[in-house]
This record gives sequence, structure tokens and C-alpha cells, in this order.
Amino acid sequence: VTQDAQAIAQPRAVRWGQVAIWVAVAAILVVVWLGLAQTFAAQPNNGKAPDFTLQTFDGQTFRLSEQRGKVVLVNFWASWCAPCEEEAPDLQAAWEKYQDKGVVFIGIAYVDADHKSKAFMEKFGITYMNGPDLGTKISDDYNIKGVPETFIINRDGEVTYFAAVPLDLATLSAELDKALAE
Amino acid sequence: MRFSRLLIISGIGVMLTALEVAVSIPRAHAQQDPDPSPAPITDDQVNEIANQLFCPVCENIPLDVCGTQACSDWRQEIRAMLADGKSEAEIKQYFASRYGQRVLATPEASGANLLVWVLPVVGAVIGLGVLVVALRQMAPGALAAEVSTSAVAPDYSDLEPEYVARFEREYKEFSS
Repeated sequence: VTQDAQAIAQPRAVRWGQVAIWVAVAAILVVVWLGLAQTFAAQPNNGKAPDFTLQTFDGQTFRLSEQRGKVVLVNFWASWCAPCEEEAPDLQAAWEKYQDKGVVFIGIAYVDADHKSKAFMEKFGITYMNGPDLGTKISDDYNIKGVPETFIINRDGEVTYFAAVPLDLATLSAELDKALAE
Repeated sequence: MRFSRLLIISGIGVMLTALEVAVSIPRAHAQQDPDPSPAPITDDQVNEIANQLFCPVCENIPLDVCGTQACSDWRQEIRAMLADGKSEAEIKQYFASRYGQRVLATPEASGANLLVWVLPVVGAVIGLGVLVVALRQMAPGALAAEVSTSAVAPDYSDLEPEYVARFEREYKEFSS
């Protein structure tokens, strides 16, 4: 009786081993959660577009945040991607249609060898700026899941449109007109 | 006198000619037989490096067995770099710098990647600790020790004697 009473009366000693185990388990769960959150994060389809800097194939430096006041079309593509081939002529046609209307096109080659990217651009007569996504940093920031993926960013630097399918000239024109009208 | 001088000059001439011929033989040999073309890079050489890389397009499939066009392009790049005399480390470094550290099957032990190396060890240590504690508690000796500890005569000194006497009386009544 007395022992039980004493056991109840005295606070239990802190078991540091158990504390360490729980802290370690919590840390592992946090790391797993962060990894899953990154894996399943969706592409931005509204709000501020992640800023990025790109070295283009022709040696220019493109910085998204320096394009305020212009509508920007960002297209992720690769030379090994068949739907990108389907989309390329329409993108070039849209560029020729909108380049004098305050619209900037930037193509980002995803997981692609430079010589293959350049051959692709030459094949389809691409004349807007393009460059490689070194370290896949830009595609990580935009959480892209494949190619082609296209983002349209308005004059305030906010994403107004996102598509994960090849786009045709009619769709591109409609969405660029919407962004220009804002 | 003139004859002996002629002999000396002739001797020197012969020696110089012989020396020139001796030096020129290997050079001529090299000119006639250009370096043999380097041995072609085999698939095994390419795959030895490819199986240490993962293309970001095809998650969890090593480059050497991935069938996509992107991975095929990468294998071509590896082949071309091997043909250029690049080492395995140089090729892996090229892919990591161009496409990110995640393409490496074995990440470098630096920065946040250290977690990949540390967490399994920490997990193993914790698991071992839990196992040891559980086995100790499950051991027959541990139960006996627990029983013997609870069988120690209780100390009633800090209780009212009247209460203790009453408890013992009632306990006896209850037990009988």
C-alpha cells in the first residue's frame, strides 16, 4: 500500500532514452512528409510565378522578374518528347503572331542534351529564346510532371494559365489574348 | 695528309648519315603506321556507368534498363564521353551538375544529402535499443525480479497505527 502511494506521490523520472526515440521518429516522419509534399506538389496555376534565371542557347541571360509589364509564355519541352514536336509549329506561329504585342516567349529544355535541343529548334524553325534547365532547378520550382507544360504569366508576374498538354495556335491565341486584356 | 683528312671527313659524314637514319626510322615508322583507332566503347562499359544514374523523367528506373528516348539519349552521351576519354567520375559529375544531384544512385554525403546516410544508422541504433529493452523485459528472470521486488515487506511507518491495525484486521477477515 505504502509503495503504491509513494509511487503515485513521486513524479516519474524522465526517461531520456524514450524521449530520444520519439524525437528521432518525429524527425523521420517530418523528412518523409517533406519528401511526399514535394513529390505531390502541383504546378502553380495562379499567384506569383516562381522567378528564375536562364542562360539561353545563344548566350543571353533571361530573368523572369525583369519581364514585368510584359506577358510571358514559359514552355517546358524536350527534343525526345513526341508531343513537343506536335506543339512546336504552333508555338512558333504564336510567337510570330504576338512578338510585337508585348509578349515574351521563353522555352526551357528539360533533361535534354544541348546539341539535341538545338537540332530540334532548327528542325522546327524556333526563333524565340530557349535555354537548358541546368540542374532541373526551374522545373523543380514549377513542379512540372512531364513535357510539354506551358505557363502564361501576366504583366504583374502572376500565373494566369497552365496546361500539361500540347497546345494549338487557337488555344495559345485565346489564352494570350486573355492575359493581354488583364 | 690530304688523304687522311678526307678519310676523317668521310668517316664523320658516314656517322652523321647513320645517326640521321637511326633517328628517322622510328619517325618514318610512325608516319607510315598511324595510331590504331581506339577500341569501340562496349554496351557493358556504358551500362556500368548508366546503372549508377537515374534519369529524372523515369523515376526509380536505373538508366541502364530504362527504355525511354530520354534515357537512350543519355546512354549515347555516356558512350560519347567515354570515347572522348572521360573517366567514370567525370561523367557522373557532368550529369549531376547538369541535371541535379538526384540523378546519382548514390548521393554525395554532403549538405541535406547527409540525412540519407545518417538516418538509416540512427534508425538501426534506435531499433536495436528497442529490441534490447523488449528482450530484457520479456526474459523470465525479469518477471521474477519484479515479483520479488513487490514482495518486499511494506513499510507502514508513515501511516497512522490505527489505520494499519484496521487494515490488517479487515484483510485477515477477508482472507479467512
